[in-house]
Amino acid sequence: MKRTLKLLWFQIRAQNRFFWRVPIGAFFTLVLPIIMLVLFVALFGNDLDDARDTGDITAAQFYTPALAVFAVGSATYTNIAINLSTRREDGILRRVRSTPLPPTIYLAGAIGSAVWIALVSMTIMVGLGVVAFSVNIELAKVPAMLLAFVVGSATFATLGVALASVAKSASSASALANATILPMAFISNIFIDLGSDPPKYLRVAADIFPLKHFGVAFSEAMNPWSEAPAIEWDRLGVLLIWLVVGALAARRLFSWEPTVGGSTSRTRRSRQAT
Amino acid sequence: MPNAIEVTDLVKTYGDTRAVDGVSFSVEEGEVFAILGPNGAGKSTAVEILEGHRTRTSGTVSVLGVDPATAGAGFRDRLGVVLQSAGVDRELTVREVLEFYRASYSRPRDVAEVIGLVELDEKADDRVGSLSGGQQRRVDLALGLIGDPDLIFLDEPTTGFDPAARRRSWSLIQNLTNIGRTVVLTTHYLDEAEHLADRVAVLAGGRIVAEGTPAQLRESLGEGTRISFELPAVNEPLSGLLDPLSGKSRGRDRRIEITTDAPTADLAHITTWARDRGIELGGLQVSSTELEDVYLSLVGEDA
Repeated sequence: MKRTLKLLWFQIRAQNRFFWRVPIGAFFTLVLPIIMLVLFVALFGNDLDDARDTGDITAAQFYTPALAVFAVGSATYTNIAINLSTRREDGILRRVRSTPLPPTIYLAGAIGSAVWIALVSMTIMVGLGVVAFSVNIELAKVPAMLLAFVVGSATFATLGVALASVAKSASSASALANATILPMAFISNIFIDLGSDPPKYLRVAADIFPLKHFGVAFSEAMNPWSEAPAIEWDRLGVLLIWLVVGALAARRLFSWEPTVGGSTSRTRRSRQAT
Repeated sequence: MPNAIEVTDLVKTYGDTRAVDGVSFSVEEGEVFAILGPNGAGKSTAVEILEGHRTRTSGTVSVLGVDPATAGAGFRDRLGVVLQSAGVDRELTVREVLEFYRASYSRPRDVAEVIGLVELDEKADDRVGSLSGGQQRRVDLALGLIGDPDLIFLDEPTTGFDPAARRRSWSLIQNLTNIGRTVVLTTHYLDEAEHLADRVAVLAGGRIVAEGTPAQLRESLGEGTRISFELPAVNEPLSGLLDPLSGKSRGRDRRIEITTDAPTADLAHITTWARDRGIELGGLQVSSTELEDVYLSLVGEDA
């Protein structure tokens, strides 16, 4: 047990190092959501348009949690799907499989590292909101924020592994990740508030997929009108169902071997060279 | 001494294709065993089954006393695998990569020592992605050694190398064998097998077509002496020249090649025949047969 934990800790740290070594990945994960938050406030203003007495509540109070959720989603779901399928294509997973490292520890390391990056990203986003855009955090609702983060990031990390199990190549994993998370963000009140009457099929779709539930659970914990402790158990329940579905799919379908004719990008490179 | 590897009637089929078609062999502890064959002969498939990366269709396999298909982490702890196709995290330095993989083994070697073994001391802090192809192969080799394995699989360790780099790798691999490790090597270079291996199995079309020490292989194919020469155009059938010979002859264009166990008698007949007709045999050569000839005749490829 102690050795397992030690191995896991080592894996998480090592995989974190991979993350910081690839600047483009770090940019998309950490910097892009920040740019979006700054742009939203600059474009739409920080005044809240609401019938209620808004007092000193700003619009960023609502942009911030939504974009933090998006940042967590891309740090876990998108990153894991792309990283694992790239490593599979490069034959790195095949190499890992030939070592005594238990495969579950390797995957847990990838998930743990992504969740850590997501935590960093979420902290930066919320911190920026507080410091620059007068966002308020209520101490009594912090547990709800953290709980939503833990369940949401675990769910999207697991779905990232599931996507890497379905995607045949690194490029298709990248395309699939963006083709799923971006439309989902649009219909789940992440980028824009759809208001009360979007078309019904979009509402149904948003209610089926997990991003909206993560968004609502996290946003409610930062909503000045919600009552503490503001834990959205039903939203977290939907997320957990997705976590189980993702874990089952990954367990059934995840492959350590490249699927394209069984050859890795390295064999193809060396074949071209000779 | 117990056998490190025991394979009986191994078969692997993909649909109608029999990639490995009833292969049996064993490898002793401390032995360097080469599986030699052209591309597509089934070498990699066979070795991947031994490593536990691929399932087999039928047959029995025992590696280090266990069945690799069901073996766990304890089995892989004793194994060093140098894969031709496995990648390395290119963003990490050589040292970091070794430290990363080292952590998984129960009794690993020292990182600096392994870097020294593969002669990458000067590149230890360079990123793997910045190394040349040959240097990256040495990283592969280092990763195969870091767990201090009892059994090492080397999958085409020098494919794509220039001759000087191959020589250097050979001496590296010989260093490994000197420390008493069992090595299974796949290669499609005959000289590599001859240079490194104690025993060679020649694989063609998924079957072992010959097996033995390099010297035995030569012998099993009627080892002997090769006589070759250029014959100018003559106005008579060649049966008068070739029929009395004890060896086998083959000809291509004007070049005639005879493989024989009685070189003195055959050579005397040939030279007498030529002198009687006043013919000069251009490029007359007498040499011992090369393993290359044996190999090419085994795998059915023409020189």
